[in-house]
Amino acid sequence: MNTISRTENQALARTVLELDVYNHPGVMSHVVGLFSRRAYNVEGILVMPVGGGVTSRIWLLVNEDERLDQMVKQVEKLEDVLAVRRHGAEHEVFVRLEEFFR
Amino acid sequence: MSKPTYETLSGAQIVVRLLERQGVRTLAGIPGGAILPIYDALSQSALIHHVLARHEQGGGFIAQGIARATGVPAVCMASSGPGATNLLTAIADAKLDSIPLVAITGQVPRAMIGTDAFQEVDTYGLSIPITKHNFLLNSAEDLLEVIPRAFRIAASGRPGPVLIDIPKDVQNQVVEVGEWPAVGVAEVVPAPAAERVALAAAMINEASRPILYLGGGVVHSAASAAAVALAEKAALPTVMTLMALGAMPVEHSLSLGMLGMHGARFTNLALDECDLLIAVGARFDDRATGKVAGFCPQAKIVHIDIDPSELDKIKTAHVGIAGDVGAVLQTLLPAVEAQQRLAWLSRVASLKAAHPLRLPGIDDPRTPYGLIRAVADCLDDQATITTDVGQHQMWVAQAYPLRRPRQWLTSGGLGTMGFGMPAAIGAALAEPERTVVCFTGDGSILMNVQELVTAAEEGVNVKIVLMNNSSLGLVFQQQTMFYGERIYASKFKGMPDFVRVAEGFGVPAIDLDTESDPHAALAAALSSRGPMLIHASIAMHEQVLPMVPPGAANKDMIGG
Ligand SMILES: Cc1ncc(C[n+]2csc(CCOP(=O)(O)OP(=O)(O)O)c2C)c(N)n1
Ligand SMILES: [Mg+2]
Repeated sequence: MNTISRTENQALARTVLELDVYNHPGVMSHVVGLFSRRAYNVEGILVMPVGGGVTSRIWLLVNEDERLDQMVKQVEKLEDVLAVRRHGAEHEVFVRLEEFFR
Repeated sequence: MSKPTYETLSGAQIVVRLLERQGVRTLAGIPGGAILPIYDALSQSALIHHVLARHEQGGGFIAQGIARATGVPAVCMASSGPGATNLLTAIADAKLDSIPLVAITGQVPRAMIGTDAFQEVDTYGLSIPITKHNFLLNSAEDLLEVIPRAFRIAASGRPGPVLIDIPKDVQNQVVEVGEWPAVGVAEVVPAPAAERVALAAAMINEASRPILYLGGGVVHSAASAAAVALAEKAALPTVMTLMALGAMPVEHSLSLGMLGMHGARFTNLALDECDLLIAVGARFDDRATGKVAGFCPQAKIVHIDIDPSELDKIKTAHVGIAGDVGAVLQTLLPAVEAQQRLAWLSRVASLKAAHPLRLPGIDDPRTPYGLIRAVADCLDDQATITTDVGQHQMWVAQAYPLRRPRQWLTSGGLGTMGFGMPAAIGAALAEPERTVVCFTGDGSILMNVQELVTAAEEGVNVKIVLMNNSSLGLVFQQQTMFYGERIYASKFKGMPDFVRVAEGFGVPAIDLDTESDPHAALAAALSSRGPMLIHASIAMHEQVLPMVPPGAANKDMIGG
């Protein structure tokens, strides 16, 4: 069930999530834990501190499925998450990164 | 401006001072190496009474009993490693039932974290999925921010457990404290969207067969009176989840009692016919809904909950309202029309007459329902009732006349055997004027039996009614009904002498089996002060009925 072929995987619609979070050692665990406990794969992750480093921005590339709305609500509930924005798969953050994965 | 006077304090002393300022007067725990600085500071507190549990899970459930009885965050403590892992079940239980709990654990010194030091375990990592939020402290100064914040998070919005892991060197770190932070209290919840409330009111006004569905959120929000007022004004038959029992008194003419897996036939059948379901502080748990596709199949849904992620999680609501359920009900009330709904109420009454809740043996104290009724007859509504998990829990949920919010403390979401007795100790510590009765089973009591000595030591007014069916009864019932009567690992071969066990722990005990007048014996036992165990044998074949088979629709109940 969890084994989808590479071509199938690429055919799925994608969503890019942009999270503003407090920058501390546990925050990544909190965020990805919500996905892993639901066996919801995260296809891509990018994190960098923003500004003075009090906050970070996390970019997640995920497959769209019927659980995505619930996922976003759960992420919004986390204490360390300040904001969540949804983008289409065409968002350039992961597109520009692709050249490092060839 | 007066200059603040600085005090030189250790992290441990700061913890204790902040707990005192927070109003904590009773907490439960067990010390160990990594939390000894905090215990040393605690020994100097004139305000806080520390209850020494005999297992950290027991300590966690004692704190839960305090929190469930009062609605105020309660505190438990454990040392690092095994102390912390022993606490996890009680924390997970608090998460699933939305109980405000603050767990404080000791951790190895920061310099040793990550070295597999003695009694080092990743408490922070382990507790992420079972807490509302958690902290690993990095300096004593941070305690001034984190501790009030932990209480605020535990109590705000949908309540829940918060864990604070404090390395030993942070407990010992000495800092200057000038100003103390404000205590952590629940945040104000934004008012509900007025146009959604208006939509919900219009749907209630237009419905011809509405049902009000109350969940534990009604108790958390102290909204029982508002819920009853809405039901009465709009003539709404009302069902309650396991967690909401007591929100509407059992004998209220609009009460249909508990819904779901062990609800009465008429209750589930009425839900099957409703055309509008008004869910208030309820989360469409599978034990309540049965097969979701078959739950209220004709109904539109109004869903009111403080947690936006509950809206549309299981069932898509026609109108979803995020907000404090008490506040939403207050704004809804003037917008709904007073109605009589004679046709629907008489339909519900005829369902009730045709398919009532059957309580066989209710007059015989040697049967499950009869014993529960006999206990209830000795008590008034001031008594608090806790349970363990199993058949006895469901029998009590069906048959005990609950009439008061927070009268009923049970492990709903996690369904944890071992919850009942320590939770009763906590409830009795929080409200010593009440009689607290714990209904337990011969399986469940053994899961935290060590807390009997805690009950004796604290002299709490806890009466443990042990319904002994010589089995893991609920498992026995499921094997009987769904596994071709292949009874395996659910019948006890060895049986402790529970009267002597209790007495050995310092708790007086009686055996109803040998009493010629069980009513008189119960009355005497329940009117005495202090802890007491009341042992009563129950036939092994007794079942909780009706029962919706797991995975079936609620209308396809067996028995009852
Ligand atoms: C900690 C834990 N382990 C296992 C279970 C599964 N379980 C549910 S009810 C039950 C039997 C409980 O036996 P007892 O306390 O004697 O209650 P009875 O059903 O006999 O009234 C079991 C094993 C559970 N709920 N909790
Ligand atoms: Mg039993």
